Amino acid sequence: MSGQDDHTHDHRHGHDHDHGHAPHPFQPDIEDGPITEYMILTRAIGELMIEKGVFAAEDLREKLEYMETRNPSQGARLVARAWTDPAFAARLEQDALAAAKELGIDAGVVEIRALPDRPGLHNVIVCTLCSCYPVMLLGNSPDWYKSREYRSRVVREPRVVLAEFGTDISPETEFRVHDSTAELRYFVIPERPAGTEGWSEEQLAEIVTRDCMIGTALPKLAME
Amino acid sequence: MTGGTTPNSAETRPRFAPGDRVRVRAAFPPGHIRTPFFVRGREGKVEALAAIHPNPEGLAYGGDGTPRRPVYRVAFRQAELWEGYAGSPEDATVVDIFEHWLEPAEGGAP
Repeated sequence: MSGQDDHTHDHRHGHDHDHGHAPHPFQPDIEDGPITEYMILTRAIGELMIEKGVFAAEDLREKLEYMETRNPSQGARLVARAWTDPAFAARLEQDALAAAKELGIDAGVVEIRALPDRPGLHNVIVCTLCSCYPVMLLGNSPDWYKSREYRSRVVREPRVVLAEFGTDISPETEFRVHDSTAELRYFVIPERPAGTEGWSEEQLAEIVTRDCMIGTALPKLAME
Repeated sequence: MTGGTTPNSAETRPRFAPGDRVRVRAAFPPGHIRTPFFVRGREGKVEALAAIHPNPEGLAYGGDGTPRRPVYRVAFRQAELWEGYAGSPEDATVVDIFEHWLEPAEGGAP
């Protein structure tokens, strides 16, 4: 936010900028960002639902808190199990939500599909239109996933984008970008790296990071 | 909400099958459209029927999204999408596209 034209701004939050203090940079409050129609709409609908008794304020708070407990370790457990149990891998590819349930993971109701990498095939996910992401399985997406740069460039020059992430994919490997623009969500099952023979599922899950399941990274052995 | 892939009698039968060559309509109507601009007018190959789902173009404006529409996974070759694309000729972008945005490609037999 520019301090230069403070006086021409619409001071909708009633801030007083006339302190005349030294120009010490300060972190803007959340409320200093623009208020969009959707923010107002979201707030209004929430308040109306509570007012009409559809749910209570506590229910809304709990739901938000629950959503934020979703995180990549859930997806990592699925991948690790798939690596060690081919029958589970097949079920995961068939119906990821049901397979997640087998491990006690609630991956929500929006259909999620697993995209297995194979020798000679690498997958990566994006939503070019907005920011669709398997939130219930992997938690909130990273900011860069929602950026216009990632969304436009990963379809145009996926190999260059991955190289910038430090991930080089062999020119002979077929590269598939999955644009989840409609009703399905995707996550990548990377290939199990060599050198992990005999590892436990827990050990394997530790090397499956969020980016490995987006497809912008490959699982690495920690000792490297 | 999950659409599933089993059509019921009230719905359109899927018009395309895996392997069919299709062209995305080069249309630019206003509204809540889930078809990315970079594939409009482009030719691709149907990989699979992904789901049969309420139409988001109606849902977004308070409609019920009926009739539900088949959604396909359509693969586009990167080398055909982007001039001067550097990568394997097999590289592809796979996009989920609602049936009413697709028409058979000329000489569309697989």
